[in-house]
Amino acid sequence: MIREFGKALQGLWSLAIGLGVTFRAFVRPQVTVHYPRATVDDANLRTYHGHVELIGKDDAPEVPRCISCGMCAMNCPSACLAVVKQKAPKPTPEQTKAMEEAEARGEKVKKPTAPKDPARFTYDFSLCSLCGTCVESCPVDSLRFSTELYQAGFDRNDFHFDLLARLRGQAESRPGEASTPAQGGQ
Amino acid sequence: MNPPFGIPPELFTILLALGLLAGFVGLNGLVLVYLERKVAGHIQRRPGPFEVGPHGILQPLADALKLVGKQLITPRGADKWLFWTAPIISFAPVFVLFLPIPFGPVLTAMEMDLGLLLILAFAGINVLALCLAGWSSENKWSLLGAARAVAQSVAYEIPLLLAVLAIAFQFGSLNLSTIVSGQGAWPWQWNIMVQPVAFFIYFVCALAETNRAPFDLPEAESELTAGFHTEYSGMGFGIFFLAEYANMIVVCAVATALFLGGWNGPAAPGVWWFLVKVYLLLLVMMWFRWTYPRVRFDQLLNLSWKWLLPLALINLLVTLVLVKI
Repeated sequence: MIREFGKALQGLWSLAIGLGVTFRAFVRPQVTVHYPRATVDDANLRTYHGHVELIGKDDAPEVPRCISCGMCAMNCPSACLAVVKQKAPKPTPEQTKAMEEAEARGEKVKKPTAPKDPARFTYDFSLCSLCGTCVESCPVDSLRFSTELYQAGFDRNDFHFDLLARLRGQAESRPGEASTPAQGGQ
Repeated sequence: MNPPFGIPPELFTILLALGLLAGFVGLNGLVLVYLERKVAGHIQRRPGPFEVGPHGILQPLADALKLVGKQLITPRGADKWLFWTAPIISFAPVFVLFLPIPFGPVLTAMEMDLGLLLILAFAGINVLALCLAGWSSENKWSLLGAARAVAQSVAYEIPLLLAVLAIAFQFGSLNLSTIVSGQGAWPWQWNIMVQPVAFFIYFVCALAETNRAPFDLPEAESELTAGFHTEYSGMGFGIFFLAEYANMIVVCAVATALFLGGWNGPAAPGVWWFLVKVYLLLLVMMWFRWTYPRVRFDQLLNLSWKWLLPLALINLLVTLVLVKI
């Protein structure tokens, strides 16, 4: 009996504590941002996982580290990535002739190979579930989550991104910055 | 003031009061919706409504316009007559409830000796409305909400009555104006100092009677979508909403009159003190709502039958003995 009363009083006290908690929250400053009059500060933006973007090479930020292996597109559960490899450059007639002659002499010919970086890298953000499987499966750490927060659009085609063009744009507008991932790509 | 058209003065006073009350209730609905959302916002450390008008002050007006403009839909299989009578039954007693409330020394719509009894009697009609609404909707959520509303009201009306009765015995009157003038101007002369337990019981029961969180089981949006008013669209829902807020004002007004000295307030007695106290109590109600999680149904009934009812009885007995001595 007495224990029951003790429990009830304890419960009442905990209710009072709860009121204290909400009262403190009430008088403390707000933590939300009045978009679009205000924008999110950098410290909060850094932890934001936006859509997927490519990472440029350290020495050439406009070229992605990507080796067009297609692991990201293969692993993507939403099939929102498409990687197209570059074709090997077609040798000029003189080069072809020179190569044929060298082959005839029995020398080992080095045929022109395709560059590793992709010809096209498209991304349909309207399908993406932001699972991050592509980021994890990339063998050369060429993908990461961007910190792009403000992405309202009027057309679903606004969310079909050409990631190569985006990388080039980033390299131009912020030289040096594009190749330093904000969160190490993971 | 001389009433026009040869209307008897008493009737004229009541008609005038009803007109003013309709405005008061409507305006209060808007103010309380705004306050509720602002309080909720700030407790969750966000601004609340902010876009319509400066600091979102016109938001409730926009909400009201939206509700008025919406189509009224009667669900298939619903009992049409009961379905549309229910919101009216829920709102109609509100006017009667306001009549005996002493807003100020002269600002009482109808002085009557049984004012408290009138309020308690007519406050019970709201449950009938909720019951009808839930029953006639032909919807399982509505029906469950109605069943809960009835059980909850039955459970909480008794300790509420007993708590109020303690005050009534103390003053030997059911007239709210008499009870208000029986209390002094300063907080230590108020009934809450003499009858803190009664105030506590009254306030908890008032929360339950007005279906406010943490006792909002008839609505229980996470379990019953919207409980008894699930099927109501537009102003059908709007009237239930308005009635709920009006009932909140009534219970807070009664609490102010019974326990907090009414309009007697510290210095400069007048209607403003009454309104200030009522609004403070309403703010406390909102504070509770955004602090406490909803109780489970067995907890709700246990609290009433096992704690509040015995407590109210003991309080009443002690009051009786002390009054007799």
